Formats: sequence, structure tokens, C-alpha cells
Amino acid sequence: MTDARAAAAQAAAAAATEAYQRIVAALIRITGDWTLAEDCAQEALALALDRWPADGVPDNPGGWLMTVARNRALDVLRRGTVERRKLRDLAVLALTAATAEPEPEEIVDDRLRLIFTCCHPALPLEARVALTLRTICAVATADIARAFLVSESTMTRRLTRAKTKITEARIPYRVPTGPALAQRLPGVLAVLYLLFTHGYNADGEPAFADEAIRLTRLLARLMPDQAEAAALLALFLLQHSRRHTRRDAAGDLVPLDRQDRSRWDHAAIGEAVGILSELPESELPQAGPYALQAQIAACHATAPSVEDTDWPRIADCYDRLAELQPSPVIELNRAVAHGYAYGPAAGLDLLAKARASGALDDYPLATAAEADLTARAGDRVHAAALFRTAAERAHGASERRALLDRADEVQAG
Amino acid sequence: MKYLMFVCTDTEPDTDPTPEPDVDGWVDKHDASGQRLMGMGLAPKSTATTVRVRNGQTMISDGPFAETKELIVGFDLLECADLDEAIEVARAHPMARNGRIEIRPQADWDRS
Repeated sequence: MTDARAAAAQAAAAAATEAYQRIVAALIRITGDWTLAEDCAQEALALALDRWPADGVPDNPGGWLMTVARNRALDVLRRGTVERRKLRDLAVLALTAATAEPEPEEIVDDRLRLIFTCCHPALPLEARVALTLRTICAVATADIARAFLVSESTMTRRLTRAKTKITEARIPYRVPTGPALAQRLPGVLAVLYLLFTHGYNADGEPAFADEAIRLTRLLARLMPDQAEAAALLALFLLQHSRRHTRRDAAGDLVPLDRQDRSRWDHAAIGEAVGILSELPESELPQAGPYALQAQIAACHATAPSVEDTDWPRIADCYDRLAELQPSPVIELNRAVAHGYAYGPAAGLDLLAKARASGALDDYPLATAAEADLTARAGDRVHAAALFRTAAERAHGASERRALLDRADEVQAG
Repeated sequence: MKYLMFVCTDTEPDTDPTPEPDVDGWVDKHDASGQRLMGMGLAPKSTATTVRVRNGQTMISDGPFAETKELIVGFDLLECADLDEAIEVARAHPMARNGRIEIRPQADWDRS
């Protein structure tokens, strides 16, 4: 393929994918039939990817796709069986009346509507993530199935069941307003967070992280007065900025203090810091959980080294986070932050309190944190023994190796 | 769209000390809005009788059809535009806190 043809294919793919979301969202709104909307939008997308590289991207890619998808939907409906006649007639009427290119306000509403419906709390959590990937991101069912470690037929059934529930229990295709919005938004953000971690974990699908960032960027843009949506985008950008340094050649996790900070994505870090500085509620007492996590990530991302990190600020954020979302892991991280900010004794004190409940008993990183704080307090022999204890309980070979290395290092001084 | 609300007990009721809404107030409000079509509380499960017909034989037995910790203690029939509206009605019921409420839509035989 020549460079020009490759560029044309790339431009066609970008334009078509960008328009796809809007087409699916509009077709669902008009016909109320998720499967029909998806099938017809997919067919239009395939036709575009076939023709546009040779013919060039049309002036109005969205209008082109919408016309193809709408005509296809009308064909399917008109050939449809008589049982669904009443619904079919309604859909045909609505489709015939719909303009080829939705009004700009409808586009905004359609995509938000689609996100909120896919993430509706009346659907099982796994189905929400899968439906978001399938319907909004147009990820193939087989790829979603692989990421969730289930067979394609299981995933197909899960998606079908979710779509059936949306139709039969009449889950509305609507963005909630007023107090209902405040109740529903955290659930939407939680689905995006799961989507991101699915792309971020070792065995995950890296493309999902990009999709999560793309969707969150859209959500933050469409809901500019929702600080937590913007904060989540900042958090994703900051975590994603370390994607080239988080793992070594063998695929093992590299701890923060050993990562090559020059290889972090500094453009992404700059964007995230900019977003956080514009948040109206970024002052700690009012900040939501994602804003706090993003502030913590930003402190790490903008520090020249582990030692030259704003640890008191991080400790403050964990104090607040522990009040908002108490969990053993947050208490552990809080103890570590206090250890760096106010000395190892302060950290060990908080760590002992966090472990008192027994919730961290099966968590070798708690023992590793104790070992690290003990080493910095000067008791190298005890620290080395603790690192070895943590290694015995480690969950994987690479984690065990890293902890044993630390034990040797500490002992050698 | 019609939804049936099964009002059930729950082994872990709400621990929030603020007073719960009054059931008569809930009934009056949603009767007036047209969202509640009818409903009633049910006598305890010790009064339940199960009926089956097999090969022309009627079998009568004592007790509910399924033994579960959660019991259906009443039901209400709702008329709501969509699930979100039905959820809003259900969450205002005192048993949403004292127990749990299951919402089931009417089957759409016209479809599929």
C-alpha cells in the first residue's frame, strides 16, 4: 500500500469511527431497537471503510453514514415479520421523519443518553461495562468476551439479556436531571473506571484504556459542571502517562521509584494538571474521591524524584479519601504517605492501626510497607526479615523476586 | 407501562435512625398521582396455600411455593412511564428501608 493510500485509509477510519457513536445513538433514539441500530450502523461503517479510502471521505461523513444506516434500517423493518407490526410501523414512521444529520443538540443528548443507559444501575455491572464497549465503542463481541475471560456465546447472551431488559423493563433513554443526576453519575464514572482498569492491568486489553479516556473526555466536555467527570479524566491521563515505564521487558511491574521519569508522557501530565487547576472544587474539603486520587497522582507525576515529592499534600489527600471511602488499601497508602511526609514512626503508627482490623492480613504489600518504613527508621536487620516474610506471602513469582531483592539490598545497606 | 411492586422483608433492614416514611402517606400520594393503581398487604405465610393441577388431579398443600428468608408481605400495581419513574415510587415506600422491593414490568406479548 502506498503512503497516500495508507493515509486515505487512516483518514477514512478516523472519520467513520468518530461518526459511528452518533449514528448508533441516534438510531436507538429513533427506533428504540438496540440490535437493529447496532447492526445497521455497523453495516454503514463497513461500507464506509470499504469505499472512503478510494473515493475520499465525504464532506459530511456523519450524514453519509446516517443515510446508509437509516435506509438499511427501513429495509429491515419493512421486510420484518407481522408479529411486531405495531412497533415496526412506529419505527418506520420515525425513521422516515428523521433528518439525515441529527441537530447538534440532539447529538450531544444522544451520546450522553447512550452512556447513561448503558450504565444504568438496573443492569448487572459486568453487562454495563460490556454494553458500553459494544454499543458506544463498537468493540467486537469476541474481543469483549476475551477480555472478560468468557466464551463469545456467553458474552453474546449477556449482551442480549441486557438489551432485552432495557426494552422490556423500559429503562429510559435519558440523562437524569436534578438530584437523580448526582445519584447516577458516580455509577457511570465507576463503569468508566472499570473499563480503564481492564485496559491497564497486565492481562487487560490496552485499547480499553484508550476507549475509557476517549469516553471520559467526551463526558467531561458534555457535562462541564460535573467536577468528578473532569477529575476522572485527569486521573486516567496521569495513570496512562506511565504506560511505557510501568513494566519491564519481562512484563513485571516496576515500582514508582525505579521508573525512568523522562519516559513518562509529559504532554498527558500537562493536560491533567491543567484540568485539575481549573476544577472549581479542587480545594480538599470539597473534593470528590476522583479529584483526590487525581491530586495524588499529579503530585507523583510532577515530582522530579520520590524524595522530592510533595508528600504532605499526598498525606492530606489520603486523610480526606479515608474519610470519604474508607478501605484497608487506602489506609495502607495513607500510612505510607504519612511515613514519607512526617517520618517512618508516623507511618508505622498508622500502619499498625490499619492492620488492627485484620483486613490487611492477606495483603503482602502491607508487610512490604512495614519493611520499607522499618528500613528507613534504621532497623535494617528487622526490615530485611520483614521483606522476606512479605516475599513468602507474595502472590506471584515476580513480586516475590522483587521483595527478596529488596531484603538483600536492605541487609547490605 | 404497568409494573408490579413485590413488597418483601429483608434479613438486613436499614440501620439509619431517621424516621421512615408513613405507608398511608405513600399510598395517598401515589394514588393521587395516578401512579398506584391498586395494592394490598398480605396475611402471614402461615396462611398460604399452594395449588397445583397434574394429570387432572388437584394437589393442595400448606405453605408458600418457595421457602426463602425474604417474604412477600404485600404488592402494589403501578402505572409508570418507565423504570426510573417506578424506581422513584418504590424508593419512597417504607419497606424499601425496612425490607426490599422488587419491581417487575408487565410482559409484552406483542414483542418477539
